[in-house]
Amino acid sequence: MGWLDRVATDTQITHGGRLWLYVLSGLILLFLILPTLIVIPMSFSESQYLEFPPQVWSLRWYRNYFNSTAWMQATATSFKAGILTMIVATILGTMAAYGLHTARVRFSGLIFGILLTPIIVPVILVGIGVFYVYVKIKLVNSMFGIVLAHSMLAIPIVMMVVSSALKSFDMNQELVARSLGASRVRAFFIVTLPQIRFSVVSGAILAFLTSFDEVIVSLFVSGGQNSTLTRNMFNALRDQIDPTIAAISTLVVILTSLLLAISQIFGKKTDQ
Amino acid sequence: MSNVAEPNAANLRRDALIERLALVSLTGPALLLVATVMLVPVGWLFWLSFLNDAGGFSLEHYLRMLSQPSYERAFRATFEISFITTAICILLGYPLAYVLSQLPRRAANICMIAVMLPFWTSLLVRTYAWLVLLQRQGIINTWGIKLGLWDAPLALVHNLNGTLIGMVHIMLPFLVLPVYASMRAINPDYLKAAANLGASPTRAFWLVFLPLSLPGLLAGALIVFILCLGFYVTPAVLGGGKITMVANRIATDIELFFNWGAASSLGVVLFILTSMILYVASRLAKLDRLLGGGEA
Repeated sequence: MGWLDRVATDTQITHGGRLWLYVLSGLILLFLILPTLIVIPMSFSESQYLEFPPQVWSLRWYRNYFNSTAWMQATATSFKAGILTMIVATILGTMAAYGLHTARVRFSGLIFGILLTPIIVPVILVGIGVFYVYVKIKLVNSMFGIVLAHSMLAIPIVMMVVSSALKSFDMNQELVARSLGASRVRAFFIVTLPQIRFSVVSGAILAFLTSFDEVIVSLFVSGGQNSTLTRNMFNALRDQIDPTIAAISTLVVILTSLLLAISQIFGKKTDQ
Repeated sequence: MSNVAEPNAANLRRDALIERLALVSLTGPALLLVATVMLVPVGWLFWLSFLNDAGGFSLEHYLRMLSQPSYERAFRATFEISFITTAICILLGYPLAYVLSQLPRRAANICMIAVMLPFWTSLLVRTYAWLVLLQRQGIINTWGIKLGLWDAPLALVHNLNGTLIGMVHIMLPFLVLPVYASMRAINPDYLKAAANLGASPTRAFWLVFLPLSLPGLLAGALIVFILCLGFYVTPAVLGGGKITMVANRIATDIELFFNWGAASSLGVVLFILTSMILYVASRLAKLDRLLGGGEA
């Protein structure tokens, strides 16, 4: 009896009977991953038209990127904004999650809801709103302004990740520490935080990526010396298909994968 | 005795209250940030949308939306594109989630990486990838012609096709994840019971599996639809200026015309529509749970 004739489900359908479903799923998975992955070999093509597979391999577009002051400056801006956003959003988001988890007051649902609004409100509305206010208070094109706006977008994400970790954390441990004489703050730092640290780290990584990948708000409030990488990429995409972006895309994909792998490894440890 | 205990109890209550207030105040900095960078600006736009050029109260921006056909076109395009994207995501995402939910955990987790990778890859990078793949001299056109599938380069990008392909690619994980979770939660004994009672595999699927997976599907479809309504980057890049969704129209009103009133009123309407859909859907979901009471 071959694999095709074997029973696949509790309802007695055979693998052969739903081969089409497996093929379809495989194709959909390819549809999901191939477009991102195919850019990687293409970025090493010598040609202006980004052939696949490349006829002549070269690092031309990488040289273009690393030798361009504009791209380098934008990259520096994006990293700076990402790291600062990570710090601000992780601290504020963790504080808020902890406060809401332990306080148990009647309006904590309302506070939670308000802190989640950045996810629900269309980003374009946030973008022009922030732009309008920044023009008034002269924060347009400033690093401070970018970090403020990106932190606001990242706080709900950190808060959700940390909240879910706190839900599975036994708060009695903190009570024990306090009954043994630790202050609330000390109890948090020596008992609670070490046990939820992996979620805090993945929240921090997600906060960094939120800022690093953010396009719409950056489009409006960043610029000049403080133009972000995404803003420059978007403007370059609208004009023509610059192969340099393939090189940048490859580097961004590698960076993102590395960061997510780190957060996965950290996440695994929490389960043990 | 009670004379001594009562002030103590009152003190304890006061201490507990102070402690709770101190804990709630931990949310203060985050609330302050969200309020100043989000609620104030959006509230300000809301206010602006009711002012005319002279600064007086007027509904002209909202009335213009009704009278000018270009605004109606933007809203129509937004809803059509969101609807088609959601429909395609359901058609592709449901079977994929179904197969994944029946694989052994390990295999399913590996396949999930394929779903999660694009989920976390920068939206711009993915949009760019599609631009490269779909353009006239792109891989899809060159290979299609080489294989003899079509003769002349197809117009796959800088139009509605490109926009839809890009949006489906971005939104598919948002559908697959909740559907997969709800399918994993279905008790396989129900299907065994259905088969035992004589249902064919197809009948068991339609009568037992599909209804049980419906809440997850509705949740996923709702997320996809709502997120689609606010799309800006993908239609701007893959639509090549031919596709104007509401968000694109808002950006144009600001970038080209500096018309804050017009842009704000569009934003307000978009936000209200989004919230209304969310509200109605959450109501329907509750109703659903009430009707299916003892089920779960």
